Amino acid sequence: MRGLRSDMGRTRKRKLQLLPLHFAPSRRTAKAGAFTYGRTAKAGAFAYVVLALLALPIHTTLAQIKIGAVTCLTGALSTFGISSIQGAKLAEEDVNAAGGVLGQPIELIVEDNGSKAGEATTITRKFISQDKVVAILGDLTSSATMEGAPLAQAAKIPLLTPSATSVGITNIGDYIFRSCFIDSFTGKIMARFALDQLKAKQAIILTDVKQEYSVDLSDVIRQYFTENGGKISSAISYSSGDTDFRAQLTEVRIAHPDVVFLPGYYTEAALILRQSRQLEIACPFVGGEGWDSPALVEIAGKSADGNYYTNHFSAADPSPRVQEFVKTYRAKYHAVPDALAALWYDGARLLFQAVQRAGSTDSVKIRDALASTRDFDGVTGRISIDANRNASKPGVILKIENGEMKMVQEVTP
Amino acid sequence: MSRGPLSLMVGLVVCLGVSLFGENFIASNFAYYYDILITIGINIILATSLNLVNGYTGQFSLGHAGFMAIGAYASGSWSNHLDPVIFGVLGGPTNPLATNVGLFISMFFAGVLAAIAGFAVGVPSLRLKGDYLAIVTLGFGEIIRVAILNTDFLGASRGLSVIGSYTNLFWTFGSVVLCIYVVLGLVHSTYGRGFLTVRDDEVAAEAMGINTTKYKVLAFVVASFFAGVAGALYAHFKAFITPEGFNFFRSVDIVVIVILGGMGSTVGVTVAAVLLTILPEGLRALAHTQFVPPAYQGLLENRLILYSLLLITLMLTRPQGLFGDRTASKKRFVRSRETDG
Amino acid sequence: MDRLLEAVQQLINGVSLGSIYALIALGYTMVYGVLRFINFAHGDIYMLGAYSGYLLAPLFAHFFKFGEFDTFTAQNALFILSGAGLIMVLSMAICAVIGVLIERIAYRPLRERPRLNVLITAIGVSLFLQNMTQYRLGADPKAFPQLIPVHVVEGLGTLTVLTSQLAIILATVILLIILRLVVMRTKIGLAMRALSLNPTACSIMGVNNDVVISFTFALGSALAAAAGILVSMDSPSINPLMGNLPGIKAFVAAVLGGIGNIPGAALGGLIIGILETLVIAIGFPQWRDGIAFAVLIVILLFKPAGILGRVEREKV
Repeated sequence: MRGLRSDMGRTRKRKLQLLPLHFAPSRRTAKAGAFTYGRTAKAGAFAYVVLALLALPIHTTLAQIKIGAVTCLTGALSTFGISSIQGAKLAEEDVNAAGGVLGQPIELIVEDNGSKAGEATTITRKFISQDKVVAILGDLTSSATMEGAPLAQAAKIPLLTPSATSVGITNIGDYIFRSCFIDSFTGKIMARFALDQLKAKQAIILTDVKQEYSVDLSDVIRQYFTENGGKISSAISYSSGDTDFRAQLTEVRIAHPDVVFLPGYYTEAALILRQSRQLEIACPFVGGEGWDSPALVEIAGKSADGNYYTNHFSAADPSPRVQEFVKTYRAKYHAVPDALAALWYDGARLLFQAVQRAGSTDSVKIRDALASTRDFDGVTGRISIDANRNASKPGVILKIENGEMKMVQEVTP
Repeated sequence: MSRGPLSLMVGLVVCLGVSLFGENFIASNFAYYYDILITIGINIILATSLNLVNGYTGQFSLGHAGFMAIGAYASGSWSNHLDPVIFGVLGGPTNPLATNVGLFISMFFAGVLAAIAGFAVGVPSLRLKGDYLAIVTLGFGEIIRVAILNTDFLGASRGLSVIGSYTNLFWTFGSVVLCIYVVLGLVHSTYGRGFLTVRDDEVAAEAMGINTTKYKVLAFVVASFFAGVAGALYAHFKAFITPEGFNFFRSVDIVVIVILGGMGSTVGVTVAAVLLTILPEGLRALAHTQFVPPAYQGLLENRLILYSLLLITLMLTRPQGLFGDRTASKKRFVRSRETDG
Repeated sequence: MDRLLEAVQQLINGVSLGSIYALIALGYTMVYGVLRFINFAHGDIYMLGAYSGYLLAPLFAHFFKFGEFDTFTAQNALFILSGAGLIMVLSMAICAVIGVLIERIAYRPLRERPRLNVLITAIGVSLFLQNMTQYRLGADPKAFPQLIPVHVVEGLGTLTVLTSQLAIILATVILLIILRLVVMRTKIGLAMRALSLNPTACSIMGVNNDVVISFTFALGSALAAAAGILVSMDSPSINPLMGNLPGIKAFVAAVLGGIGNIPGAALGGLIIGILETLVIAIGFPQWRDGIAFAVLIVILLFKPAGILGRVEREKV
């Protein structure tokens, strides 16, 4: 910038000393000149904000039945968030194409919590007071749901999360529901599979201590495994974000377990599998639904073969229901649906169906309809909402063979 | 400044009035705006306190979120354990006297703890300059966050549920008023001269016999105290906190506000805090309208991309921020050749 | 004997890790030498190097048969190495250009301004690179294509040294030698050294400071990109935030060795790598990241000039 440069906190030099005095701008004008940019910027920012706020009421539509959907569309968890909202939107389309709910179209108001803490409360308040939604679909993660759920409960707006697995969520109140199974179920499936199918007597658990999901699952696995005759020879920990697990895996190699439980996310699981094969650890690894991602096989390569994990859903499931869903999803989004897309598709449809069964948009009736959901036919299985407002539904166990997930077993609760 | 204490009293009384008469109405009918309002208050406290360190004293701290975290977790766990006792003495959770007393004690405790942490971090770090100080404060912020992540009774990765949300307009804006009063009071005093001298030329200050470490540490401790208070308000407002909410990006959020407002201008920083709290919500609303093609909606909602561009453009074109070269003080306006306060 | 073998094993692990830090630290130290400024965005150049490799490799995958070889043999070694080498060189070139562009757009206009402004701009650039990559390419980890076959090196007995670790160490040695030649034997290297001593005198002597500074950025960015490719060969999972932690540790390494001192940066990197491996080996893997910060605090408190650095007197 020519002319007056302002250094922060330093005396401003006036460069125009060489000009004849009557041309030298007075201090006032100089200030005005220097501040024009700032003033314009300020005016612009102010106008923008005012416009943005005015835009709020512009958002009106003809749809009467509004349901708020909140997930992580940007930020670190954006890939999961986009999957989830695609599933939900597909459900919205399907339902509206079939005539809507209670004779009216459903509108999903989608908000993004940016994968940041603290956003979910603001968004929930917005849903409740601004958008006046009849129900809320969300959130993606347990911590975000823990933020928003108390507000929904206090305002008596039913909230359904299709993917948050932390046990404490549904304890918040009787308006909070969940359409996926919780960690205690997953852990049991994993332990039972290792005991029954893999005939494992001795196991090691590798826990991601930075993730509540992993810690919870590990506790459940340990409890079930030891109660049913197995022995956990050691519990080793790692942190999400680590890329080198050779120290922990050397310990595993020495211990020679029958099976290793790895209830973590695929980001680390992929590398752990790779490095374990490099260290010539031959036993199978058993994981939870956190493994579910094409990147697992991409990153781990051949090391992923011969391992197992539990999941809500398998796109390879030959049942016509699943295949039709996969086909429609593929046609719309040009990608194979993952478990999150399937879960949110089911969760959204379950919610819409509850509104239909409630016969009105009264929140008490919707809540009761949700609580009495039995044998809902979803792509992730038959879902019933139990007395604790969690979902009672089957899970699948997948084996990775030649880079593909093969369904080994379907486990009903 | 005899006008100072008077303004403080007036400010507090106004907040009390609004809170007593308007609070419930606003909270129930305009919950969304209420949320934004309280967030504005918290951000103002965070930004003005950071401004004391970054702007007035010229020490670049990137770890402010760490002190906020200490305040949030301290007050959260304090409330969880001690509120039942207070309720037992003063009468139930619906008794406004009980909840307010509980909140006040909680906030104070949080602030003091954060101030102690500020002292502990400040004394070794503040002998460093510029870039090194930035990295070390960043490091301390992360260390605090990781320590909380590994502490089981604070909830670790599960997060901490704070019983009841008692944050109300009075405490939030009362703290805002107090924070601004303290910061301005410090700045317009001999301490302020000390801060500014340290900012302008540390070597000259030392040569003149000014104990630069004392002023730097003082600014740091006061800033940490208010960061702790802001953290307490945050914890009691969101009612559920996780360590992830206090990471480096939170510190960056606050730093962006300070830089936008103008390092060294309390008025500027306050205005910037208001602007940058409303902006994401405005963008959220804008992204929903027909003005924006869907392809760019994600970009609008991606706060960090916009903030980073804002930082770069600000530094290239107007590094003094919005209000950097003048403040509301008439004295400063007239003597513009002096360095600004 | 066992203990000795284990010690050697950990030493190799440490040197391999330290080489990565050394390559990144060199960029920090060279830029500091000529500009007296810490390039906060340097860690993200490392990340961009990995992503460049990720995006380039599919273009050459068919010709070089990436991922199809299982082991190194005498016949295919040269072919494999040339394929990997080409990707590495191309990534280095791309990141060199990116580094120069960043310098031109974001740092050069601020050269006369206080250090604080440039630091803030650097933070802005770093955030922008991370979040833009996150936005355009997705925030989830991507699988880096297999450029060289990764398996345990034969003939070393019980020592498990992977081919990727060997590649890292060898490549680093080669790059360090090339860097030394450039800095000590070429004219532009001479100019870099002169610029780090006294910029004004340099320009008086007819050196075009801007060109030299751009070259320094290009060189540093190329080395960071090389580090990105090498580490991805070993641990083939890349994500937009992968530059954060290694960037900070490399910064500590540069400070440890004496910021502005090129051999110091390499030394610092090795020390940090070995220390980190040591911490893991004695059974505290959760402190591996904290050790770098601990080293930083200790160094800044007791010997701020670093191991090989010289104390710069501030003249008033």
